[in-house]
Amino acid sequence: MSALLEVTGLCKHFGGLRAVDEVSFTVEEGEILGLIGPNGAGKSTLFNLITGVMPPSGGRVRLAGTDITGWPPYRVVRSGLARTHQIVRPLNDMTVLDNCTVGACFGSETLGLSQARRVAGEILELVALADCRHRLASSLTIAGKKRLEVARALCARPKLLLLDEVLAGLNPTEVGRMIQVFRALRKGGIAIVMIEHLMQAVMNLSDRVVVLNFGRKIAEGRPHEVATDAGVVEAYLGDPHIAARLTGPVSDGATP
Amino acid sequence: MSPKKPFFWVLVAVIAVFLVPVLTNNVSLRESLLLAAIYIILTSNLNLMIGFTGYVNFGNIVFFGLGGYIGLYLVTAGGLPLVAAAALAGAAVGAIALVLGLGILRLRGAYFALATIGIVEAIQAFVANFEPWGGATGLYLSFQAYQALGGPREALWTVYLLLVAVMGLSLFLCYAVKNSRFGLALFAIREDEDTAAVLGVRTPLYKATAYSLSGILPAMAGALFFFKQGVIQPEQAFDLTLSTEAIVMLMLGGQGTVTGAALGAFLYEQFRGILLTSTVFSSFQLVIAGALLLVTVLFMPGGLMGWLHRRWPRLRKVLE
Repeated sequence: MSALLEVTGLCKHFGGLRAVDEVSFTVEEGEILGLIGPNGAGKSTLFNLITGVMPPSGGRVRLAGTDITGWPPYRVVRSGLARTHQIVRPLNDMTVLDNCTVGACFGSETLGLSQARRVAGEILELVALADCRHRLASSLTIAGKKRLEVARALCARPKLLLLDEVLAGLNPTEVGRMIQVFRALRKGGIAIVMIEHLMQAVMNLSDRVVVLNFGRKIAEGRPHEVATDAGVVEAYLGDPHIAARLTGPVSDGATP
Repeated sequence: MSPKKPFFWVLVAVIAVFLVPVLTNNVSLRESLLLAAIYIILTSNLNLMIGFTGYVNFGNIVFFGLGGYIGLYLVTAGGLPLVAAAALAGAAVGAIALVLGLGILRLRGAYFALATIGIVEAIQAFVANFEPWGGATGLYLSFQAYQALGGPREALWTVYLLLVAVMGLSLFLCYAVKNSRFGLALFAIREDEDTAAVLGVRTPLYKATAYSLSGILPAMAGALFFFKQGVIQPEQAFDLTLSTEAIVMLMLGGQGTVTGAALGAFLYEQFRGILLTSTVFSSFQLVIAGALLLVTVLFMPGGLMGWLHRRWPRLRKVLE
């Protein structure tokens, strides 16, 4: 059986800068893959290439066997791959419910307006935003907007969800709640690729971790393997003893 | 649409007002309301672009002028009845706008606005040199054309009623789009086009469809209006001033709201009438329109309807 997402030799050059340089990895169905690396390593650019926001300079992206390289974003979503933005981008002058209804209307299944509203309502319950459904998206707190990003992406009913730093800037309680949502998603069979700087969360949630530095993949493996990798420690983690602490017992909502 | 929706009764009330001159046989009131109907048609359809999609179209008058030319040409050269000519003009302009829209809607913001002005100039220059349409002298309707509608007097009433029908259709179109899946996609594009695409909205096609849709009814109105005038010339057909005035009306009434666009157009027409007949202001009418736009944008960015909605939030459901 082939992987759900198959990225091979993906490149993006901005002039002489190789923002993403020959990156290859795969995501299996129902898997959570952590994507870590220092700022500017090319993580968000990688997401932009996969979702068609930018055309890649080279390489291929396959989703469930279909080549989606260079497809425009709206076709990528319809094929079952949804994403969130690192810098939240709510549709400000629309209600929370309408934000999600857009996601549901034009997602992997094409839904009519009333059906899409129902789906959006269910997803808002899941991320605990149901009480705010009639408020304008601009009036939400930053934590609310992050949850809205996740909800909107989920409304598309994706097979694979790309999460770009959804835990950053949240307080411990909010992080805990979000992690519960991710666990529920995994149970529902949705695969996740998460860019995250919150190491304890990444290490505990991920089945595997990919590390980027200067656009190149420098390591890949089980969380504890990656955390003890000398190259990763030097490029990103900094402390050689960190692995023991990070991969310690799971505690929802803990901060590093 | 069912009589249970408040908008149904709003529409009925508006059309009832426009039928007053028919019942009272009042010709001067008819002329005033005819202009108001045209303004409402232009403004409501412009609302689809500015209010719903977030693209400022300075060249909305192109649809009106082209519709007028195509309609009059079909009546004079093709010998078609007025209603058929107007319907064909609407269809033709809609098709042209769809193709044009797929191209120019790749531009955003100020660049799109500039391109729409360019389109007005280009089409005006083309028409002024297009011999089948009479070039710079324009097209003239023979007196015979009115006989088909039972003489000139009856023809004017028929044209008025047809324009009121097109106005009703414009309001209904705005309402229907606003409450549809298509409209939701347009709102998403207005708020953030890139995010809309990431959420699955096929943005190039939706924008071009909105642009095309916003051209059909103004084109029909153009055909009807210039049939009534009996003559069409490039400067009157592609008048950038009227194009800009439509934007003033939309901002005044409240962009993005169906009733606001209509209210703005109606009030502007009444206001313009007062200014044009006063001895002091008749030559300053456009200066005052400009000042009105400034004041609206500065102090009442949501327009009259936006202000009312903020004041009485429950009105949102009644006056959409």
